[in-house]
Amino acid sequence: MGILDRAYRYLDERLELQPLVEFASHKEVPRHRFDWAYYFGGLTLFFFIVQVCSGILLLLYYRPTAEAAFESVQFIMTHVPFGWLVRSIHSWSANLMILSAFLHMFSVLFMKSYAKPREMTWWTGCLMLALALGFGFSGYLLPWNKLAFFATRVGTDMTSKVPFIGDWLMHVLRGGDDVTGATLTRFFGIHVAVLPMLMTGLIVLHLLFIQRQGIHVPRGATEESKARPGMKFFPDFALREAVVWLIGLALLAFLAAYFPWNLGVKADPFASAPAGIKPEWYFLFMFESLKLIPGHVLGFEGELLGLGAFAVLGMFWFLIPLLDRRSTRGERSPLFTAIGAVALAFIAGMTLLSFLGVFS
Amino acid sequence: MNHESGGVRPTRRRIIDWLLGTAVGGVIASIVYPVLRYVLPPKVAEAQTNSVMAGKLSQLPPNSGHIFRFGSKPGIVIRTPTGDVRAFSAVCTHLQCTVQYRSDLEQIWCACHNGHYNLNGINVSGPPPRPLTKYKVAIKGDDIWVSREG
Ligand code: HEM
Ligand code: FES
Repeated sequence: MGILDRAYRYLDERLELQPLVEFASHKEVPRHRFDWAYYFGGLTLFFFIVQVCSGILLLLYYRPTAEAAFESVQFIMTHVPFGWLVRSIHSWSANLMILSAFLHMFSVLFMKSYAKPREMTWWTGCLMLALALGFGFSGYLLPWNKLAFFATRVGTDMTSKVPFIGDWLMHVLRGGDDVTGATLTRFFGIHVAVLPMLMTGLIVLHLLFIQRQGIHVPRGATEESKARPGMKFFPDFALREAVVWLIGLALLAFLAAYFPWNLGVKADPFASAPAGIKPEWYFLFMFESLKLIPGHVLGFEGELLGLGAFAVLGMFWFLIPLLDRRSTRGERSPLFTAIGAVALAFIAGMTLLSFLGVFS
Repeated sequence: MNHESGGVRPTRRRIIDWLLGTAVGGVIASIVYPVLRYVLPPKVAEAQTNSVMAGKLSQLPPNSGHIFRFGSKPGIVIRTPTGDVRAFSAVCTHLQCTVQYRSDLEQIWCACHNGHYNLNGINVSGPPPRPLTKYKVAIKGDDIWVSREG
């Protein structure tokens, strides 16, 4: 008897695994012409796992103070064997994770998978996307370079515009009046303790909901999925997902090795913001939109209007499962398909135009 | 078994519920309040800087600018093409980036969202909503002294 069999016997005797195995062997995923979209959530999860692992490695050498942060990252990149690679992987995988989460979100949006009874899956997903952006924003500051310093100054100043609690919020985020070493220490704590804990909890909920409710089959594919036999989750779907993860890994390795992440120059609170300063690509669409708004619009501060508009749109996005009555009733819902298409076109369009330098 | 409808018990139960609820509320408040206060950083008394030496006149040719430290915040001292020396807070009124002098435009410029201020620190284009805070300038020999107005 092989060692694996013996281990299984040992555990089964004590934990009674048989019903679990039985259950897992019956789990199935429907097959239809949109079933490729089922792999994006898992791919996002893969990049999150990469983030946790590479992040822990970075923790071995990183030091979260204004005096030492930049130098410690420099040390990782120049002295620690494969340090440049670990850092490059962490930076690239962060971007791929957010990209994959966006793809996942738009795919479930177009499939209307958010409709009752899956509202809570959508909501946990929205919260996770917000957390992912929070990861990106807080992690960006950690190398304490010039770009990060100003990006954080701008980003945290935006929170001061929130009605009533804005000032309190900004002070809590910055750990003082201004972006200083206190901010760095706070962001570090948020990045490596608070967000991972919240994210892990939400992932568990998200997956629990999906497990409980079964994967959603979009309206247009119900006939087809009834006609075709489902795919066994183990091993068929799991192996296919493994192939997707391997493709993700290959892409990540290629990007991390051939386009190592830059460090830039150390932050100097008494230097001007450098020309050409930009946030990470996933904030570009907001960044460019806010740049287009003049200082005052009809007597209101332009920034306030812009941020307010994005807040309202974000709220709308979050509430889509409640607003889309037709999908809830199982009817076609072309309006929300159109809304999704406009949102996608706006985000992708603004990001692309920004890369092309149209706004500079 | 029927004395539950006697009126006494529900009232007594309501009182107990109320006591329990208040106790739980009290426990939660006594945890949440200190935490909220803890995360808000204490005010550190900062010596208000009122006047600093911002640079040397001889190192500031016409149509140029220079960032200096004014307490904990950056300031900018500029020399206009006609030779005037002026000083402002370098903190952009939009979202707090640090501005710079652009000799090609003869303007003060913020790189973060392309905000422009003229030589009087007045916001002329882009997202900044207000002029830069102006400082007083005094030239003593070759030294440029900057101080808060009023
Ligand atoms: C950020 C990390 C995220 C991870 C790790 C993750 C993971 C997953 C996984 C593994 C699945 C099951 C397979 C699939 O449908 O692809 C799933 C489904 C789902 N996700 Fe996510 N997801 C994330 C973010 C999001 C976001 C941002 C949204 C939307 C706002 C979202 C909404 C949903 C919905 C509605 C489903 C159900 C799909 C169905 O039943 O057909 N998720 N997620
Ligand atoms: S911070 Fe100066 S223009 Fe936005």
